[in-house]
Amino acid sequence: MRAPLVELVGVAKGFGEGEARVQALSDITLSAMPGEVVGLRGPSGSGKSTLLNLVACILEPDAGLLRLAGETVWQGRWAPGDLRALRREKIGFIFQFHNLLPFLDAIDNVALALTLNGVPLAEARRRARDLLDYLQVGKRASAMPAKLSGGEAQRVAIARALANHPRIILADEPTAALDSERAQVVMDLLRRVAREQSATVLVVTHDEKIFSRFDRLIGLRDGRIETETRPSTAEDV
Amino acid sequence: MNLALRDIRHNLGRFLLTCLGLGLLLGVALAMVGIYRGVVEEALSLAHGLRADLWVVEAGSRGPFAEASRIPGDVREAVARLPGVIAAGGVTFQTVEARHAGGPDAAPAPEPGLAEDWVRERLGEAGRQRIGTVLRLQVVGYEPDRPGGPPSIVEGRGIGRGRREMVADRGSGLAPGAMVEMGGVRFRVVGLTARAVSTGGDPVGWITLRDSQELQFRLTPPAARRAQQGGGGGQPQDTVNAVIARLSPHARVEEVAAGIRRWKHFAALTAPEQEVVLTRSVVERARRQIGLFTVVLLLVSAVIVALIVYTLTMDKMREIATLKLIGAPDGSIVALVMQQALMLGAVGFAGGTTLLLAAKDAFPRRVLLGPEDVGSFGLVVFGICLLASLLGVRYALRIEPAQALGG
Repeated sequence: MRAPLVELVGVAKGFGEGEARVQALSDITLSAMPGEVVGLRGPSGSGKSTLLNLVACILEPDAGLLRLAGETVWQGRWAPGDLRALRREKIGFIFQFHNLLPFLDAIDNVALALTLNGVPLAEARRRARDLLDYLQVGKRASAMPAKLSGGEAQRVAIARALANHPRIILADEPTAALDSERAQVVMDLLRRVAREQSATVLVVTHDEKIFSRFDRLIGLRDGRIETETRPSTAEDV
Repeated sequence: MNLALRDIRHNLGRFLLTCLGLGLLLGVALAMVGIYRGVVEEALSLAHGLRADLWVVEAGSRGPFAEASRIPGDVREAVARLPGVIAAGGVTFQTVEARHAGGPDAAPAPEPGLAEDWVRERLGEAGRQRIGTVLRLQVVGYEPDRPGGPPSIVEGRGIGRGRREMVADRGSGLAPGAMVEMGGVRFRVVGLTARAVSTGGDPVGWITLRDSQELQFRLTPPAARRAQQGGGGGQPQDTVNAVIARLSPHARVEEVAAGIRRWKHFAALTAPEQEVVLTRSVVERARRQIGLFTVVLLLVSAVIVALIVYTLTMDKMREIATLKLIGAPDGSIVALVMQQALMLGAVGFAGGTTLLLAAKDAFPRRVLLGPEDVGSFGLVVFGICLLASLLGVRYALRIEPAQALGG
């Protein structure tokens, strides 16, 4: 029986003190299975980004339980261990504006994620090249990020996120800066990666054009899960 | 993968421009170190050049460089007779504003016998009219063939038995054959020395003791001069500022000095004591002033490096947040900031040093830099950059990974 890769049980998070305190998330319980692409939608201030930051172990929950890839990461306090190493090994990040390092070319942006995990540079570059080929941007391997188109840059960013074969991929508005055609391509890529690598992809998005590409779409409002739908009509890629 | 180097290559123009500014600042700071060394070196230059083991001066003075000292010229005979003394000579020192016709590159005068005609032609029929280029000289009067003469002649010849001849330092800009007027008396430059300067940095000129005594008399205020000529008081003309003695290698300097100190009206300084007087008294204020200024410049450099590194780190806030988010350890972030600070310092230091070494001879005073000075300064710059980078490191470590998310 397959276990969820992302599991939150009764998670809550607030900011500030006293009367100024804002409850960003309340009693969130959700889980995402391997191979599943889950969308998080909702208006500004609904708690989407806070939820993503909690799963990324950037923010510490106030209550509840957080389990990633079968390991309890937070329950009352952080589990012993290096959170940054956990992110490095188990989580891949895709950002709204790709966040490629401007001083590294495409291949080294991807290779960097591997070298941080102890892979020798030559081997890291070979694997990075394979990944870029897989994402159909191999021809742009030596281009600097400023010379890449929005779609190319986002695919390089996805290659970086996939470099260490993470089980969990977190994406923050990955299609916000792309036109609808490229947005569909990126979503198809994420679906393919989720299927082929048995990874869970958690995507924060406002982009209605891509709602149909999710296996599950969770709607948040005022820090609570309001809706949960299964809109996916796309065929597996 | 060296992120610091890759970032620098990406913004090479900005980095080099920053290095140029820092290099100029470090060059100025290093110049101050060189000037500091030069002041000390110049202070000792004349004393070293005269190669004296012992200085006999007026009692109660630390002369002749630190205080006024005037002793009878015949003291030389008494000093020369002391056991252990192999040679002694009377010397005078005076700073003179000389004039020479035709500027520093004055053409050599014709044959000695025609010199007066040459001067008249250059200075006009008035002859004594004081025109020409002003030149400040430290004039040393000495007895030829006795201690006190120029250390070595690099061009021309030394002073012979004849009067009105001068050996000048090359720094004066005078050429052999040039005519110099001091106190209404004209001297002909017959030879040149190298790097012989007074404690104040003025080039040194050597003339005979007789000429210098006459010069001292001529430069005395008219009233005192009249009194002196009439025998009615004032200083006798056969005086010197000091007698310098060279001792046999077997003689004990302290014993000879102690013997002289027992004489009434005289004091004796050994060569090391003279050096202490020169460095701790004569140029002490200049030394401290320059030293303090150097420290201030280094502090300014440290602040500027800190601000540059801080700004560079702020510019990379999003990149650093991304690095943290994708799992880069703190060590990688610290290395990125510190390596850039050190590269900035290294390139700035290399640029500043190269610039200074190329331009140091253009400074009016001597800039003396040895490999150990440059090495030590490099270590100081290294330390400054390391310390200055801490501000940037602190900022970088406080960047939250979450800052990589969002627009």
